Amino acid sequence: MTETASTHDFSSRGLRGFPALLALAVLLMLAVTVIFPIALTALNGFKELGELQSHPFSIPRVWMWRNYWEILSGHRYWQVLGNSLLLAFLTVSLTLAVSSMAAFTFAHLHFFGDRFLLSYIMLGLLFPLATAIIPIFIKIRDLGLLDSYWGVVLPQVAFSLAMSVLLLRTAFKQLPAELLDAAMMDGCGYFRYFFYITLPLSGPILATVSVISFVDSWNGYLLPLVVFNSESRYPWTLGLMAYQGQYSTSWQLVLAFITLTILPAILMFLVAQRWIVAGLTAGAVKA
Amino acid sequence: MGRAAIASADAELRGPGSDAHAATSPYVDTRRRMSLNGWATALVFLPPALLIFTIFVILPVGEAAWYSFFNWNGYGRPEKFIGLKNYVWIFTNAAFLRAIVNNALVIAVSLLIQLPLALGIALLLAGRMTGAVFFRMIFFLPYILADVVAGLMWRFMFDGDYGIPSLFTNALGLQPFFLLANKDWAFLAVLIVILWKYFGFYMMLYIAGLQGIDKEMLEAAEMDGASRFQRFWHITLPLLGPMIRLSIFFSVVGALKLFDIIVPLTGGGPFDTTHTMVSFLYFFGVTRMRIGFGSAVGVILFLICVTFAFGYRRLVMRDD
Repeated sequence: MTETASTHDFSSRGLRGFPALLALAVLLMLAVTVIFPIALTALNGFKELGELQSHPFSIPRVWMWRNYWEILSGHRYWQVLGNSLLLAFLTVSLTLAVSSMAAFTFAHLHFFGDRFLLSYIMLGLLFPLATAIIPIFIKIRDLGLLDSYWGVVLPQVAFSLAMSVLLLRTAFKQLPAELLDAAMMDGCGYFRYFFYITLPLSGPILATVSVISFVDSWNGYLLPLVVFNSESRYPWTLGLMAYQGQYSTSWQLVLAFITLTILPAILMFLVAQRWIVAGLTAGAVKA
Repeated sequence: MGRAAIASADAELRGPGSDAHAATSPYVDTRRRMSLNGWATALVFLPPALLIFTIFVILPVGEAAWYSFFNWNGYGRPEKFIGLKNYVWIFTNAAFLRAIVNNALVIAVSLLIQLPLALGIALLLAGRMTGAVFFRMIFFLPYILADVVAGLMWRFMFDGDYGIPSLFTNALGLQPFFLLANKDWAFLAVLIVILWKYFGFYMMLYIAGLQGIDKEMLEAAEMDGASRFQRFWHITLPLLGPMIRLSIFFSVVGALKLFDIIVPLTGGGPFDTTHTMVSFLYFFGVTRMRIGFGSAVGVILFLICVTFAFGYRRLVMRDD
């Protein structure tokens, strides 16, 4: 990370000497507070239960790599991560496919009732999935999708549709109209225009939609909780809670398990922070 | 790298037509007469979205309203019509009334503590102070963690035997204090976790907003002798208005759907004092298979969300 000069400046100019030090001290204290629970979780995962009880706030005296190693060499950890990855992959793919097609239609085609249909889909922005969780459960059951991946994926896609369509439609409309005119003049149909012009030119917004839908799916809890019965289908959020229930007296193992399950998210964040921050904030603002 | 992230977030945020009004305004369009090709496209491209959305969003909401008039355990068809009794039971249920208070508490803490804190930190970190990018990343980090993880980590932190309370009770030679099992204090723990997890997100929103403000105006004001506070109060704050109104919207909506943090922290206990409306819905409706009752909770939540979303957009965000 390199700090380049900012064009905007709200605090540093004029903030010298004591006030600057004070600000730095506040920031440092806050940073420590924010990091503390995460760091402590990772460190305590290395302890023996006895040491965890007697010295919960210290660096481990004996580093019990075995706590981590047993989880990593077991089947369970990889299974829950695999399930989450599959759920997120299916959710992102289906969201991108379905919402980009719908957004394209709403951006370029005008027919009787198009505004009505757009407003209809935008109703999805008004309430969260939790409000309809019981009828969704009944519906998933009646469709025979209980305990299946699609039982989680389809409602997730449905509830992220409004936001995805909104983001994509706005972006599609901002592509130069001359492009569409020229393409039409050359006899290019909407289908080809969509696949060869619109999608390739919309990388950033597709990435934004992907990030939002991936993070939502990856961190999802309520819907999988209602849909899945078998532990072999559990995503990591459910797997973590099940693990905690099973080893509730061995906090050191639970903490190691927590550390390992958040590791992929943290690594992803460090690698792709630019996209993640941009995606999550931009998505929120346009909703 | 982080600077670029903010810049691109910022560009996204300020893009023309990025608000709901422009997106739904009938006057900004690329209108052309529909050709056969256009109809074919619409007929292929639209149905998947409409179908998924109707089946899994619109129908369930209607069904929730329907189920809420029945006493139904989910098996067979709903037959025992009981009118509005579910609603009467809900509004006479102490745990639900407490859940409403708890949701209100979350909103209050978000608006009165979280957002001002986020704004303060954003003001410090929007500039070119050394290490600003580093601090931004640290503060944003909890936001990307799942709520269940945040809850579980903090459950350890609050534990009477191992956690922060033990530092004090051990030092003073007192009995261990189990914060999460104490009905007067447990919800405070929930509030702390929410603050910890979400303030970085709002900070990031504010930073994006601050970087969109024209710096020349601030310089001109400074030249005219405006104090730091005057510049903030008369220039920065008004220009940040849209972002502040938006962050309030997200705080309220986020508070209303709060669930994942509650389960690992308290599970709604002790004595059902730490439920939110959604956790009440889950523990009293889903796990006990009281489909009608739970649906009625869903309907109430739906009405609150929709009323708020419409009202807020009409009244507060109409100029943004």
